[in-house]
Amino acid sequence: MASDYQTPYKGVLGWLDDRLPVINFADQHLRFYPTPKNLTYAWNFGSLAGIALVIMIVTGVVLAMHYTPHTAYAFDSIQKIMRDVNYGWLLRYIHMNGASFFFIVVYIHIFRGLYYGSYKQPREVLWGLGVIILLLMMATAFMGYTLPWGQMSFWGATVITNLFSAVPVFGDEVTRWLWGGFAVGNPTLQRFFALHYLLPFVILGAVILHLVALHRYGSNNPTGIEPKGKQDQVPFHPYYTVKDLFGLGVFLIAFSLFVFYAPNYMGHADNYIPADPLVTPPHIVPEWYFLPFYAILRAIPSKLGGVLAMFASVLVLFVLPWLDRSRVRSGRYRPIFKQFFWLLVLDALVLGYVGAMPPEGIWIPIGQIATAYYFAFFLVILPLLGIFERPKPLPNSISDPVLKKGGGQPAGATAKPMEKA
Amino acid sequence: MKKLFAAVAMAATMGLASGPAQAAESTSLPEHTWEFEGVFGTFNRASAQRGLQVYNQVCSSCHGMKYVAFRTLEDLGYNEDQVEAIASQYTVTDGPNDQGEMYERPAEANDTFPSPYPNEVVAKNANGGAAPPDLSVITSARPGGPEYVRALMIGYEEAPADAELAPGQYWNEYFPGHKIGMPQMLMDGAVEYQDGTKATAEQMAHDVTTFLHWAANPHMEERKRMGLKVILFLIVLTGLLYAVQRKVWSDVKK
Repeated sequence: MASDYQTPYKGVLGWLDDRLPVINFADQHLRFYPTPKNLTYAWNFGSLAGIALVIMIVTGVVLAMHYTPHTAYAFDSIQKIMRDVNYGWLLRYIHMNGASFFFIVVYIHIFRGLYYGSYKQPREVLWGLGVIILLLMMATAFMGYTLPWGQMSFWGATVITNLFSAVPVFGDEVTRWLWGGFAVGNPTLQRFFALHYLLPFVILGAVILHLVALHRYGSNNPTGIEPKGKQDQVPFHPYYTVKDLFGLGVFLIAFSLFVFYAPNYMGHADNYIPADPLVTPPHIVPEWYFLPFYAILRAIPSKLGGVLAMFASVLVLFVLPWLDRSRVRSGRYRPIFKQFFWLLVLDALVLGYVGAMPPEGIWIPIGQIATAYYFAFFLVILPLLGIFERPKPLPNSISDPVLKKGGGQPAGATAKPMEKA
Repeated sequence: MKKLFAAVAMAATMGLASGPAQAAESTSLPEHTWEFEGVFGTFNRASAQRGLQVYNQVCSSCHGMKYVAFRTLEDLGYNEDQVEAIASQYTVTDGPNDQGEMYERPAEANDTFPSPYPNEVVAKNANGGAAPPDLSVITSARPGGPEYVRALMIGYEEAPADAELAPGQYWNEYFPGHKIGMPQMLMDGAVEYQDGTKATAEQMAHDVTTFLHWAANPHMEERKRMGLKVILFLIVLTGLLYAVQRKVWSDVKK
C-alpha cells in the first residue's frame, strides 16, 4: 500500500506533499509536463474551453442564489437580477454570452481535432470523452435556456421534449415522464433547473477524465507525429502557460465586446416576453449553436427519421476513430482529406444557416444536401480516403521539417529549454 | 403530444402559408439615430424625461411597467421629492390591511409603474381581445428594438382598400400583420412638454422610446463605461502577455 514516493520538497510543503502529493501532481502535469513544441494557436481552445466551463459554473452558482425555479416567478426573478441585484446584469450577460462562447470554443476545438487526426489511435478514448462532454454541454445549454421562462424558453422546451414522442411504442409515456405532467410546466422547469445545476459538475468530471486520457499520451501536434525525444518537446510551464494566457486575453477581449456592447445580439427578442402556452411564436428557433443539428432534424421528412439523424450526427463522432482508416494523422499531409475537411466546415456553416431559415422553398433541398454531405463525410469519404488517398511524405520528427527550413540548427539548441526546467 | 408537435409544425407552416402577408410584414424599419447608441452612447436625460411625461400622460392609460420601480427614476436626473411626486400620480392596490381588506393608496418610490387593469382578462376585455403588453422590457422584446417601437408609434396609415379591419383594429405599417389594436396615440401636440420642446409626433415617439429603452436597460450606461475600462485593460494585458510569450519562446527553435 505504501508507495516509494519521496517528496523532493522541504519544510511545510514537503510535509504536505508527503501526505498529499498535490504539489508533485501539479509539477508533473502543469509544470514539467512535456508538450510538443510545435503546437499552433489552434491548440489554445482546449484550455479556453476549460476556462469557459469555470466561468459558467462561477456565474451560474451566483445566479442560482437569486433565481426562482417556478413558472410564476422565474421571469420576474430574472428581471430582479437584471435590475436590483448588484452587478446582476453583468453576471447574467456573462452567463448568457458565456454559453455561446463556450460552444464557439468547443466547436473550434473539435474541428481542430478533426483536421489533425487527434482522435486516432491511441487517443480514441480521449476523443470519445470529448464527444460525451459535447453531449452533456448540449443538454445543459438546452435546459439553461428554458430557465428564464420566456416565450422561446417555453416553446423551445416544448419542441425539443416532443422529439422524444417519436420513440416507438413508448413515445408518449417517455415525453410525459420527461415533463412530469401533461405539458411543459412547473415540474419540467424545476427538474430542468436541478439538472442544469447538476450537469456542469458531471461535465467537470468528464473533463478531468478527458485530461487524464490526454496526459496518457500527451497532446497531438500539427505534424501528427509523436515526439521522438526531448528535442521535440518543451515543459508546459512556462511555454504553454504563457501561450494559453495570451490566448485567454484575446478570448476575453472578444467575449467582453459581446457582454458589454451587444449582450442580446445572440439571443432572441421573444425570450423577453414571458412564456405563454396559448401563444405560439411565429418562428421557433433554437440558439445558434444548435442550428446545424436543427437543420439535420428537419432535413428528414419523417419525424422519427429526423430525430434519429440528429442524434446520429453527434453519435457518429464516437466511431470516427474507426471510420478513418488513414494511417496518417495530420490533415497537413493529406491533400484530398484537406479539401473534404474544409468542405465539411462550410457544410456545418450552411447547415447552421438553413437551421435558422423557415423550412420552405429552396431551404429544404439545401438542408438535405448538406445533411447528406455531413454523413457522407464520416461514413463514406473518410473510409475510402484511407484506401485511395496518397498522403504526402511525413517528416522524420517534429524538429525535422523546421530544421531543414531553419538552416540546420544543431540538435543541442532545441534541447536547451529542458535544461531550464 | 403528437398533436402538440403537429400544432408547432402547423404554426411553422402557417408562417409560409401567409407568405405575401409576411413579405409585407417585413417592411424595413426606418433608420433612426439615438443618443444611446454606440460605445459612448448615453440616455439623453431631457429626452428621457420628456419620454416619461409622454408615458405618464399617454401610455399609462393602457400599459404598465411592472418591473420598473419609481425609485429608479433618480437615474434620469430626478431627486427624491420629484420621484415621490411622480409616483403619487399613480394608484396601487395594497393590503390586506388590519381588517383583511385590500385598499388603494397613492404609489410610493418603491412601487413599480402599475397597469391600469387589475388583471389580464380585464385588460383583454377592455381592448378588443388584445391585452396591452407590459412595457418594462419592450425594446428588448421586439425584433428591431427601439427602431421598431418608434416606427410603430408613428406608423399608422389609412388601411388599403382590400384590407378588412375589425372594429377596434387599426392599420400600422410596421406591426406584424398590420392590424393592431392600439389606436394612433401620438398626434402632434398630444402632450404639452414642460421644457417647451415642440411636441410633434416624431419628437414624442423619439422621447418615449428613449425612456422605454432606459426602462428596459437601466444599467446600460454603467455597462458601457465598465466595458470600456475592461476592454482597454484587457488590450494592454494581452499585449504584455504577447511580449512575455515572445520572450519565453525566444530560445525555442521551432
